[in-house]
Amino acid sequence: MPIVMDADRVSRSLARIAHEILERNKGVDDLAFIGIRTRGVPIAERLAVHIKQIAGVDVPTGALDITLYRDDLMRHAVAPQPVVRRTEIPFSLDGRHILLVDDVLYTGRTIRAALDALIDFGRPSAIQLIVLVDRGHRELPIRADYVGKNVPTSRQESVQVRLQELDGRDEVAVDVVEGAEP
Amino acid sequence: MSPAATSLRSRHLLGIASLEPDEIQLVLDTALAMKEIGTRAIKKVPTLRGRTVVNLFFEASTRTRLSFELAEKRLSADTLGVTTTGSSVTKGETLVDTARTLEAMAPDVIVLRHEASGAPHHLARVCKASIVNAGDGMHEHPTQALLDAFTMVERKGRLQGLRVSIIGDLVHSRVLRSNVLLLTKMGAHVTAAGPATLLPLGLDRLGVRVETSMDAAVDSADVVMMLRVQHERMRGLFLPSVREYFTWYGLTPERMARAAPDAIVMHPGPMNRGVEIDSVVADGPWSVILDQVANGVAVRMAVLYLLAGGEE
Amino acid sequence: MKVLLKNGRLVDPVAGRNGHFDVLIVDGRVARVGKDLPVDDAQVVNVPASHVVCPGFIDMHVHLREPGQEHKETIASGAAAAVAGGFTAVACMPNTTPVNDQAAVTKLIVERAAAADLARVYPIGAVSVGSQGEQLAEIADLRAAGCVAISDDGRPVATALLMRRALEYASMFGMPVIDHCEDPSLKGDGVAHEGPIAGLLGLRGIPSVAESIMVERDAALAELTRGHVHIAHMSALESLRAVRAGKARGARITCEVTPHHFTMTDDSLERNGGYDTNLKMNPPLRSHMDRDAMIEGLRDGSIDAIATDHAPHHADEKDLEFDRAPFGIVGLETAVSLCLDRLVHAGVIGWPRLVELLSANPARILGVSGGTLAEGGPADITVLAPEVAVTIRAARLRSKSRNTPFDGWSLTGAVAATIVGGRPRFVNADTGFTWEAKG
Repeated sequence: MPIVMDADRVSRSLARIAHEILERNKGVDDLAFIGIRTRGVPIAERLAVHIKQIAGVDVPTGALDITLYRDDLMRHAVAPQPVVRRTEIPFSLDGRHILLVDDVLYTGRTIRAALDALIDFGRPSAIQLIVLVDRGHRELPIRADYVGKNVPTSRQESVQVRLQELDGRDEVAVDVVEGAEP
Repeated sequence: MSPAATSLRSRHLLGIASLEPDEIQLVLDTALAMKEIGTRAIKKVPTLRGRTVVNLFFEASTRTRLSFELAEKRLSADTLGVTTTGSSVTKGETLVDTARTLEAMAPDVIVLRHEASGAPHHLARVCKASIVNAGDGMHEHPTQALLDAFTMVERKGRLQGLRVSIIGDLVHSRVLRSNVLLLTKMGAHVTAAGPATLLPLGLDRLGVRVETSMDAAVDSADVVMMLRVQHERMRGLFLPSVREYFTWYGLTPERMARAAPDAIVMHPGPMNRGVEIDSVVADGPWSVILDQVANGVAVRMAVLYLLAGGEE
Repeated sequence: MKVLLKNGRLVDPVAGRNGHFDVLIVDGRVARVGKDLPVDDAQVVNVPASHVVCPGFIDMHVHLREPGQEHKETIASGAAAAVAGGFTAVACMPNTTPVNDQAAVTKLIVERAAAADLARVYPIGAVSVGSQGEQLAEIADLRAAGCVAISDDGRPVATALLMRRALEYASMFGMPVIDHCEDPSLKGDGVAHEGPIAGLLGLRGIPSVAESIMVERDAALAELTRGHVHIAHMSALESLRAVRAGKARGARITCEVTPHHFTMTDDSLERNGGYDTNLKMNPPLRSHMDRDAMIEGLRDGSIDAIATDHAPHHADEKDLEFDRAPFGIVGLETAVSLCLDRLVHAGVIGWPRLVELLSANPARILGVSGGTLAEGGPADITVLAPEVAVTIRAARLRSKSRNTPFDGWSLTGAVAATIVGGRPRFVNADTGFTWEAKG
């Protein structure tokens, strides 16, 4: 099970992304993070902490569950429904510059679902995408604005992201599994 | 402890009787996520887009019917309402024929309320659609029990060990039966109370304490759930008068004083003020009756979402 | 026409016989019963040694639905079902459309039965006009036309006064009054036995006392009038107690029980997802205690007869919600196998008692011939194959209706042949019995 990012590498990538965010955006005041459940959420929270350390500003953070917006629900004749969790976005999106955060970018369908959800919540002035890992194989015209690491993979592989807050350690590994999705 | 369910095992929801505790927990957890949707500006998600749900109501019911309709619409499903008045049922068409006619239009889910116990079970044997029981005769009303449980957890944090008293016309109540089944499966302590003429047989088999004294039933209860008493019961020789019923079994503030501190009062509605419940209590600080209504939509959304992917 | 039934095991308690005997039939009557009878010019029918030969079984409670409800059953189809079930005779209840409360309807039944030429059919006439419980029917006329008993079955005999008068009047003709015992106010709109099972299924209950309270009434009136009351389809422990008490006081009270009431309980209502309308009948399936009490009554002699209450209903009529479906199940073609498997093989009763319950006592109660193979009497004979395995298949019933709860049941014991008036009306070749000319 080859590890492509160890704890140190994860940490340095997130620190670098935080700096990039501040470089590319004039002013921090309109920014808000929205992490895509489940692992996008702790990443978003860590980025908010970095920004606070660097620029002294509290950037609001929310959590978005995109299950109900997936395009692959109900397509299977007999399959269990994915578990739905709460969405918690305690601020208005109107006029905000949203930084959407996820752990792995793959086909792009999760991000499409997230965009659909966000439009229902309000009218952000802009949305940028932050991912820890981009594993390629896009099926929709979606790209990330900030990437922790590009990890080229084949479709038979799956990318496993583990985070301290949920899994007890930080690491990104690539497994070989037939027909797997991250 | 059974492993956590990620889906419902049946493609129908006919009653609490066939649900395991982990399935009940799954519905409650999913309802929590669904409830948040009702707090947004745009109270809609695309999840059941293109799905057709038929609300087949053979019994008058504003509250349950609207609740299901709203739940379906919030999930973007297409909803069709069929009620008995003005439909072919009054021309003598059987339940099965009515359902088969509807099935020809390929609904995904049929939500059925009917006055005959066992009607949804009858339909489930012949229909391809998923059947959701919205109340069958005196038998079960599973979504009511689920929303009641959701409300109890919301206010009290747990079901395990909770002291719940259910009072009123027990023998004719499907709300009682579903609640008793659910609460005992989830480890609550249930007391059922009412006049002796309205007590059903078989409750003690489910581990329920049965009382004919209202005071004994309310004493130290964490949850007091009042059931409707219909005026027909006077004619059926079950009760002498409304006056006597209210005196001996009505929920008054004096009786509420005997309950546990922070006790909550519930009622499936519609209420008969002055018959089973005093307005002071119905509108007072103990009452979570309106929360039940709001939670009903969330719970029904959860049920519809989970059934859409259920196994045969 | 001479036929010699050779060597079956003959069980005839009235004649005091239980062993291997030959039966010589001449022109439809029993000519001789004895050991090793000479063949002469008789057609020989060899009865397999394991088979049991009995006086023809009589089902004293069936609904043949003709006139008026021929979509459920006709006299012809009912008679065919009867002989397939091992019954040489049936007594049919008057709740047809119109009710059999007048000689014209009785005559129609008698004619149709004769035309079918299968089982004998004894009409039971109504107690009251239209069975409405207000006015006595023309009981003497009904008797003259062929009725053997009177009943308002489907309903109880409405009032104590009507029951009294009916007992007084009918006893002039030696006819029993058969009562469907049920207090309407206690029964209400119940559909299942009042108990925990119905309680949890949300079905309105019919308490046992609704039946027993009427049995007590009838026992008291039978004692007063010295008439004969017969309790139809008894189901409750309390009713049996009342019958025993009545008999002990010398009242002329008899009773019958159906096979479903000594084999099934209200537990079955929960099977297969619940609400199976083939389990809906009146009186309903009751508790274990009631079922066990019926078995005890069959064993100890306090129950006089087994009768099926054969109640055919069309599939469409039963394909409804439990509350709305009509009460009743068919029984003619399942009774014998249930009796053999659950009573005889189970060791509850022996062969002579079985024949009493299915033949001798019904004949005595109704005052009709049969119940024994007496020399000179009609050659109505039921031949049984007690060791043959049977699987009940609703689709293969000869009745027009299929409303049975026993579909798929595997039982030991079958009907081998049913002989009425010396002619075989039903032969089950699977049992190894054949009726063919030999010698």
